Amino acid sequence: MSALADSAAQRRLLQSIVELARSIFRARACSIMSHDRATRELVFEAVAGEGADTLVGRRLPATTGLAGWSLAGEEPISVVDVSRDPRFAREVAESTGFVPATMTVFPLLGQGRALGVISLLDQAASPSVGIAEMRVIAMLADHAAAILQLVLDARAVPGDESSEALGALRRTLDSAGEADRRALLAIVASLAELTR
Amino acid sequence: MAESEPELPAWSLERDVARSERLAAVWPLENPRDWAWAGSGGAGVDVCIIDSGVDPSHPRVGTVASSFGVADAAGELQVAVDRAGDLFGHGTACAGIIRSLAPECNVHSLRVLGGELTGNGDVLARGLRWAIEERFDLINLSLSTTKHQIAAQLRELADLAYFRNVSIVASAHNMPVESYPWRFSSVLSVGSHDGDDPYEYYVNPSPPVEFVAPGVDLELAWSEGTTIVATGNSFAAPHITGIAALILAKHPDLRPYELKAVLRAASSNELRI
Repeated sequence: MSALADSAAQRRLLQSIVELARSIFRARACSIMSHDRATRELVFEAVAGEGADTLVGRRLPATTGLAGWSLAGEEPISVVDVSRDPRFAREVAESTGFVPATMTVFPLLGQGRALGVISLLDQAASPSVGIAEMRVIAMLADHAAAILQLVLDARAVPGDESSEALGALRRTLDSAGEADRRALLAIVASLAELTR
Repeated sequence: MAESEPELPAWSLERDVARSERLAAVWPLENPRDWAWAGSGGAGVDVCIIDSGVDPSHPRVGTVASSFGVADAAGELQVAVDRAGDLFGHGTACAGIIRSLAPECNVHSLRVLGGELTGNGDVLARGLRWAIEERFDLINLSLSTTKHQIAAQLRELADLAYFRNVSIVASAHNMPVESYPWRFSSVLSVGSHDGDDPYEYYVNPSPPVEFVAPGVDLELAWSEGTTIVATGNSFAAPHITGIAALILAKHPDLRPYELKAVLRAASSNELRI
């Protein structure tokens, strides 16, 4: 098995990115979340700083908040003074354990969809994220997306033939249009019924 | 061979850089902004915001003329009256910017984000087709899709809009990725600069992004009647949409390519400001 196919190495890479981003921007916390399309949730994959010990594996609804917007709109957003939106501040506090002053979220893009998001909270190096900072975070997000893709692929393809077939099917489903996706899922369900 | 910095696409520009750009051809029009939109409030212009919905109760938004959403009806994507409001706040932010520039325009909302179908390129395409067929004067699209499979479909829709006299103002992606439809030449594409005068916008002499408008540290309408300070190309596009609404109210017969030319003529580059 190659080094990159090793899940521990992949996790280390993900963790190194959040540590690096947190360090560059002197942020209170940085996290990477993946999108679980089946449950419509965001799942904490790697956390640096605040919440590092408690958040990995935790799930949040993928349809609300800045992370939800960034995921759905496939666009980054940076917000100063998060507490001015009480609903949003509550959502952030529930997910992180604290209300940050600033929050920047970038989508992690791959295979024609957002695989997840990377979030920076309370970046002290530049509280107001300008154009230059956005460029740097965009590069980090690109890096993180490539690794997250490996992590997600590895989960679907542990190594045997059947898993490879399932992985290929999952990638097809990910890139299919909504109508095709539903049709493929119906076929899979029918096959499962026939072979039960 | 000397090492050189990788060339990053200029999908946003620092204002000082934008300001230093000079356009090769000088437009033969004196006081272009006077001609283009002086005295206009955007009255009679129908603007459709394709986004996460618009909160009609927000004081910065005012009346929303109509609210629709794309929904799944027995496996078919259909557009129907929508009362879900704005689950993110993003569409409300765009509406607030447009309203601040063109207070008399008619704001319409088409929600493609925030529900079960969220993040789906097909939903975006379905919504865009509907908005074109409804013949809104302007469509503000502060989002895009990276889904290559529907790029051809979106290009066809962008051309359809162009020929039907519907101008699409689309925000450029903030990241160096291929996304659509902002890259198509038949739409008006917008990136950010970091100035704060809402009427300060520049032509970018290095396409594909054609214009840059304020998009950094803007105070914006958000959910539940609040405001936030946020950054993103998403918020630059509505500035151009608002100004375009002013222009179309005063010159309703302009076609999309003429509107783009007038925006160019009245740009801050041209005014040397």
